[in-house]
Parts: sequence; structure tokens; C-alpha cells
Amino acid sequence: MSGLELTYLIELGWLVLQVFVIIIPLLIGVAYLTLAERRVIGFMQLRKGPNVVGPFGLLQPFADALKLLSKETILPAGADKVTFVIAPMLTFVLALVAWAVIPFGETLVIADINVGILYLFAVSSLGVYGIIMAGWASNSKYAFLGALRSAAQMVSYEVSMGLVIITVLLCVGSLNLSDIIEAQRTVWFALPLFPMFIVFFISTLAETNRAPFDLPEGESELVAGYFVEYSSMSFALFFLGEYANMILMSAMTTILFLGGWLPPFDIYPLNIIPGPIWFILKICFVLFVFLWMRATTPRYRYDQLMRLGWKVFLPFSLIWVVLTAGFLISFDMLPATAGLN
Amino acid sequence: MGEMQIRPLTLNFGPQHPAAHGVLRLVLEMDGEVIQRADPHVGLLHRGTEKLIEQKTYLQALPYFDRLDYVSPMNQEHVWALAIESALQIEVPRRAQLIRVMFCEIGRILNHLLNLTTFAIDVGAMTPLLWGFEEREHLMEFCERASGARLHAAYFRPGGVHQDIPDGLAEDILNWCDKFPNFITDLETLLTDNRIFKQRTVDIGVLSADNALALGMSGPVIRASGLAWDLRKSNPYDAYDEMRFDIPVGKTGDCYARYLVRVEEMKQSLSIIKQAIHKMEPGPVLAQNNKITPPRRGDMKMSMESLIHHFKIYTEGFHVPASESYTAVEAPKGEFGVYLVSDGSNKPYRCKIRAPGYFFMAAVDEMSRGHMLADSVAIIGSLDVVFGEIDR
Repeated sequence: MSGLELTYLIELGWLVLQVFVIIIPLLIGVAYLTLAERRVIGFMQLRKGPNVVGPFGLLQPFADALKLLSKETILPAGADKVTFVIAPMLTFVLALVAWAVIPFGETLVIADINVGILYLFAVSSLGVYGIIMAGWASNSKYAFLGALRSAAQMVSYEVSMGLVIITVLLCVGSLNLSDIIEAQRTVWFALPLFPMFIVFFISTLAETNRAPFDLPEGESELVAGYFVEYSSMSFALFFLGEYANMILMSAMTTILFLGGWLPPFDIYPLNIIPGPIWFILKICFVLFVFLWMRATTPRYRYDQLMRLGWKVFLPFSLIWVVLTAGFLISFDMLPATAGLN
Repeated sequence: MGEMQIRPLTLNFGPQHPAAHGVLRLVLEMDGEVIQRADPHVGLLHRGTEKLIEQKTYLQALPYFDRLDYVSPMNQEHVWALAIESALQIEVPRRAQLIRVMFCEIGRILNHLLNLTTFAIDVGAMTPLLWGFEEREHLMEFCERASGARLHAAYFRPGGVHQDIPDGLAEDILNWCDKFPNFITDLETLLTDNRIFKQRTVDIGVLSADNALALGMSGPVIRASGLAWDLRKSNPYDAYDEMRFDIPVGKTGDCYARYLVRVEEMKQSLSIIKQAIHKMEPGPVLAQNNKITPPRRGDMKMSMESLIHHFKIYTEGFHVPASESYTAVEAPKGEFGVYLVSDGSNKPYRCKIRAPGYFFMAAVDEMSRGHMLADSVAIIGSLDVVFGEIDR
């Protein structure tokens, strides 16, 4: 074995190790997010939630996973088998690959690429394909309606999300996620761009199909929506993908508006806590709001959701982009960008 | 190429559907998400109750009424008890009347709690359901303390109620009445002014007063359409003529109006429960006529006649003179009636049950046409259907 190959192998091994260091805690996080959801909503609804399997129900996610694994994977007779099987895999993989560019701390990131936010945006948009494929391949009217709704919804809200991201980028002057976080050292963008923060948060709710925008899986109309025909592990992949996406979107909210791994104030007791801890705490907070919304709000109707996306959020965020740009230019506060001027 | 015929998408909504409130099968013809025609199919929960009742003595038929609208069982028993009492022309003791009024109103709250909260879950708000079931639990415990059963009480009997309420129950119900308004406030905080809830319910499934009359609606549905029609006022039975309460009336006849009417009815029911308890005085709870009502247990140990009466009532039952009558009560869902034909024997010759929900089914098409799929769910939820009574 030549030295070159060995270096290559070591490099590869190091990369794989890095990937596992992120993926495994992420999957455990997803598992506990499902538990947290049931517990948090349980307490909001004056009941206990799962508390029997293990101490405080801590083993419940694993019991659920085991149960799903031991079930039969059903392929409906009328389904397009190949697409039907690929769809959950696609959803799951897309929910995981996005994590490559997420910075957990000052230097803790697998790929610190210059177009990080574009990459995130692209990957999260691709997620809709898994859903359309699932809805189409299932050959079921309910799944099909769910998939159509989901596609329309995700596309609509991505437009306003894109404009929100542009607003942030105007203030940062870089597409690199670490730069975006560094730019928030003085003040988190959630404060100066507060309306955009709200628009972005609501759009992430729509993007991840969470209440009050959970119509693709609208339990009361469409039973389960696009994954109504799925069972066993293929169902679990959708489920994991959906929750991984929730965590991803919370991470995005944290990076864009809540200062990522930065402590709230750069003062003594706060700044000795390591960055990753702050990052995870903020993600947990955003996730809690996700769950809180689910316990509180009814569900939008399909046309109302489209109206909100296109007639309210889109013009509003567009106006805000223009306002921000105008403000930055007129007060000469545009960030210095290397190579552009 | 000839003219293309585009067929609408036919969607089978139910019978195994979480929003079908049981076993409603709704065949929807849809243009995209818009409903063009809704065709409700009923009968999937048909148990032949009316025919079964013809085979049973009058007393044995009573528990079947629990199982019609199992959300508010005692209101159904009430109509059967009233029908027999009118055929036999027996007087019900005052205390029994008040107890029956009290439990009827408890049944109304039980029903509205279930309906309002499942309606909320139909439009996507899941928390009210869990909160509401906590309160329903209290109410079912009251039923259990009086009758021994949480759901299928078989507590109202021809001539009164089976037994007196236990000591302390009236006080506990009064205590609960003091706390329950807080729950209604909480429920309303989550729903009444919620923008999303209003967007989902206002102007959805509008039923005009004329249409409501023509389609045979009753109960909160017709009241939400603007008609102050309530059998408790227009044709008072038992002690309802002594009770002071208002009939909430809606203006718009949409899902939101039906929601508001039910919320207000719960408050009125609370007031009726309190009035009934305050009016209660010690006394008999069952008509003292041993040809119709069983003798006391203690008497049976001492008196041969009581023993014979007891034996005759629980084997042969009592005979009802040949007559035809229609008796109706204001059940929580609407006018619940019994058309009873007796031929002088110990079994009903015919017992036709008029269930309010059956008529609601006729309005589903009228109400959901032109609305979206998600609205049909809201409409069914706001109509308050329980298939136990619709299919019978």
C-alpha cells in the first residue's frame, strides 16, 4: 500500500468519523424529540404522556423504534414499487445531509463552505421530492392529495423564506454560516429584523409541515396524508426525516436570527459555557416553540394557507428586503464584502 | 379526437376515517379540493334496535336507549320513560323529576363537551379534547355514583328513577358547577377568538332558517340558524317548566354559530342543574305503584305480595294499554322522539325512534357543496353526529 493511498484512507476514515459524530447524536436527538413532543404536549393537555418505559419514559423512543422495526413492510399492490421504496430513503437522507454545513461551534463544522446558506436552502427544498414521490407512488387518493398539498405549501413558503434569508445576507455580506453567526456578536438579528424573524419562523413551520400548517398530513381530513400507505421502517424513515427536518429548521432559525453558538451576552458567566451548548440550548428553545404551537393552534385550510404565503408573507418580506437594503445604503452600513467592490 | 369527459375525483370519506365520527361513509365528488357533491351513506352501525325493542318487555327495552346516542345516554332513557308514563298515565314524584332534569342537563354538558372538543380536533386544535375529557370524567363519575354505570346507566325508569342519588352527590355536583365555568373560559380562550379557528368555521356550512326547517333540523343546529326552537320551552316535560333558562340563538347558521350556541347551552345547563338541586326536597323517587315499579328490597323480605310483584315485573313486565303516542324530548343533539304503538301486551307493538342525527345527514350535501375537503370535516363536526342513534 503506497503512502498516498494510506493518507487517502486516513482522510476518508476521519471524514466518516466526523459524519458519525454528527449523525448519531442527531438521530438520538430525533428520538428524544419525539419523546419531548409527547411529554410537552402531554403536560400542556393536563396528562402525563409516556412515562412507563424506563425512568420518566426515557426508553420510550427505543421501544417505539423496536416496534416499528419488527413490523412488516407493506407494499400496496397498486403502488409503483421502486418509487415507493425510494421516497422515504430520499426524505431521510436529505434531512441528514444538510447537517454537513451546520456550525456547532467556532470551528466545529464539517464543511465550512462559502455558500452554506444556499446549500441548506437547496437541500431543504429538495425534501418535497420525497413527499411527492411517496404520494404518487402510493396510488391512493388520500396520499396523493396530501402530497399535492405538501408540494404547493413547501414551494409557496420557500419563496418568502428566500426573501428573509436575503434580508439577513444583506446585513452580513456573506453566505457562509460561520460568518453569519460572527456578524451577530453585537446583537442577534432577531432584534433588528424582528418581523423577518417571525416570518421566517412561521415559514419553517410550514416548511416542516407542522401545526398549524400540518395539512399534508391533516389527520382529520387526510388521515395521515402522503405517508398513509407506509408501514414499518419506511414509515419510520419518513417520521425520522420529518423530525430531523424540524431540528434542522430550528438550527437554521438559530443561525440566522438567534446568534448560533454565541452566548446571549459576552459577559463572564455566560461566555465560559462552550458554544455547542449554547447552540443546542437555542435549538431546544425553538423546538419547544414548535411543540407549543402544535398544542395550541387549529389547522389552516389549504386555500387560507396559500393566501397567507403568497398574499401576506411574500409582499411583506419583499418590502422588508427593500427597506433593509435602503436603510443599509442610506446610512452607509453595508457590510464590507471581499471581492465585490 | 372526440370531446373529453373529465370525471370528478370520487373520494370515499370513511367509514374508517378519524373525522367520520363513527362509521359515516361519505362519498365525495371533488373537483380538486372542492366538493361538488356529498353523498352520505348510513347503516354501517345498524343493530336493529327498533326490532329488538319489539321483542322485549317495556322495562327490558330501556337499556337499548342508552346505546343509541352513547354520548348522552340518560337523555335517551328519558324519552322512553316519558313515553311509557304518558301511555300508562302515571305521575312521577317531584324529586324524581328534578333528578331527571339534573341528569339530563349533565348529559347535555357531556354531549356538548364531546362535540365541541372533537369539533376542535376536526379543525386541528387537539388540546381542547384532552381538557374536555377531564371534565367529562367528573360528570361520568356523577353518573356512576347515582347509577353504578359510567355510560350505560339505565337509571331513568318509567315512574321516576331507579334509586335516589347517594348522600353528598348533590353537593359535589354543586361544587363542580362552581368550577366548570373556569373550564369554559379556558376552552373559549383557545377557540372563540382564535383567528385560525374563526377562519375555519365562520361562513362554513351555512344553513338558512328556511332550509333548516325544510330539512328537519333540530337542537343546536336549528337554533344556530336563528330559530328559537327548544322542546324544553315549547313543550316542557318533567320539571322543565319551573326552570329559568335562556335559549341561545345564532344568527348566521354557520359552523361558528353552532359552536357558540353549544358553548352558551353549556352555561345554561349549569344554571338548570343548580336550580334543580336547589329545588330538591327529600321524597320518593319512584312512583308508588307496584304494578309498574318494583317494590322496595326490604319489603320483599317481609311481604309475599311484594315478592310476587317483584317477580311479575321482572319476568312478565307490565302491560301498557293499547295506544299510539309520540313523545319527544330536547336531547343535546336535537329533538329525540319515540313513536310508540302499544297493543295492550307487555311488549311494544312498534317503537319508531326519531334520532336528530339522522336528519342532519340529509343536510350534509346541502351544507358542504362548494366547500373544500377540510370544510366537510368541520361541517360534520359541527353537526354533532353519533352513529349509534343514526343507524340505530
